[in-house]
Amino acid sequence: MIDWAGYLQLMLAGALLTVELTVVGAVVAFIMAMAAGLGRMSRFWAVRAIATSYIEFFRGTSIFVQLFWIYFVLPLLGVSISSFAAGVMALGLNVGAYGAEVVRGAFKSVGKEQHEAGIALNFTSWQRTRHIILPQAFVIMLPTFGNNAIELLKATSVVSLISLADLTFQAQVVRAQTGSTLVPFLGVLILYYAMALSISWAMRLLERRVTRGLDGVRT
Amino acid sequence: MVQPIIQVDGISKRFGELTVLDNLSFDVRPGEKIALIGPSGSGKTTILRILMTLESISSGIIRVDGEPLFHMLRNDVLVPANERHLHKMRTKIGMVFQLFNLFPHKSVLDNVTLAPILTKGVARADAERNAMSLLEMVGMAEKAKAMPVQLSGGQKQRVAIARALALKPRIMLFDEVTSALDPELVEEVLNVMKKLARETDMTMLLVTHEMGFAHDFADRVLFFDRGRIVEEGPPKEIFNHPKQERTQGFLKKIIAAGHRV
Repeated sequence: MIDWAGYLQLMLAGALLTVELTVVGAVVAFIMAMAAGLGRMSRFWAVRAIATSYIEFFRGTSIFVQLFWIYFVLPLLGVSISSFAAGVMALGLNVGAYGAEVVRGAFKSVGKEQHEAGIALNFTSWQRTRHIILPQAFVIMLPTFGNNAIELLKATSVVSLISLADLTFQAQVVRAQTGSTLVPFLGVLILYYAMALSISWAMRLLERRVTRGLDGVRT
Repeated sequence: MVQPIIQVDGISKRFGELTVLDNLSFDVRPGEKIALIGPSGSGKTTILRILMTLESISSGIIRVDGEPLFHMLRNDVLVPANERHLHKMRTKIGMVFQLFNLFPHKSVLDNVTLAPILTKGVARADAERNAMSLLEMVGMAEKAKAMPVQLSGGQKQRVAIARALALKPRIMLFDEVTSALDPELVEEVLNVMKKLARETDMTMLLVTHEMGFAHDFADRVLFFDRGRIVEEGPPKEIFNHPKQERTQGFLKKIIAAGHRV
């Protein structure tokens, strides 16, 4: 007789870690996306170069390789971090690189006349970015950010490769211990799907909140 | 003789091969209302955009209130202005755009209060009180809570005027502010501007195709063609007895197109 209640608990504990990785990873990704996206439009050459290198590097190499470097290779250079931190960093840096292009595109799509109104009202360049362009660009970023967040959720499963006990890892444990394939994999399917649905739902809610008055602006 | 508030001295503006303003010079006295007219591409909008520092100049010098706009003195030598100098100069100047350029994500009231709060550190309560009296003046107080997308073009433009006035500029620039409006909405915006001209001693520069309005509103009309001022004078003279052939031709075309003079 298999104690399914205990195994379910194990999988839920894995799911919780997956949620944690997703949330913290998304925060890192958001910060990196904003920093690199704005950095690519900087008037300083060096800032643009750093932002561009970051984006190209993290888009151009796989998240496996990035994770292994952060977790296995950096310690050889004297920098060692916990497996959770390594997972969050790999996820955040990788998804942030994609997000940076979303940020840049959204900023570019806000019309030049909004900048000009900001100059005419004597805002500083930072005030223009922060109070005029960003709120309008953010609305344009949101749907794609929702996509990226779901991608990030699904990518969290790579951390099972560095022995973090996330949902995918626990499903394998359950499968090995019970010999049942259907039940753990069905559990994984349902749990990931439920998490992805909650992200979509949360993003829609957020979108509705920030689009107030912008219906004529959205394209 | 009062010092001119704007002195444009031999400026040129080139975009690559194209010369938009060609060694242009004129003065504006404090409080003067000036209408800039002329065919499209004659440079009248460009000079407004330059005064708002939205465009740079290729050569020459502009003084606002006696101070160079795009230059500053360092060791008795004029050098290109930095952002801080431009920031200081812009406090004297406000602009209203053809397409309103309201901030779509801000309510009418917030559109008007944002700049005073952020750029002058005015307390929100004071900024809102001042904004409400300006919205009152342009007849938009009832819409203070509305979002720009809910307004007609004429209403948007009246809010944009209030927004520019909130910073209390000494010079106001109006760039074809009625060109994008449906004909029946033009009047409400022009009335606000007439009121402004009557009740304030603000210096106003206006680019317009509304010749009737230019006639009533302006102390002086500048006729632009190909980056130069071809003819200038009081509206009565320019509209009734233009001396230059190009002015005559332009006015004839405008009247033929159905504009009132």
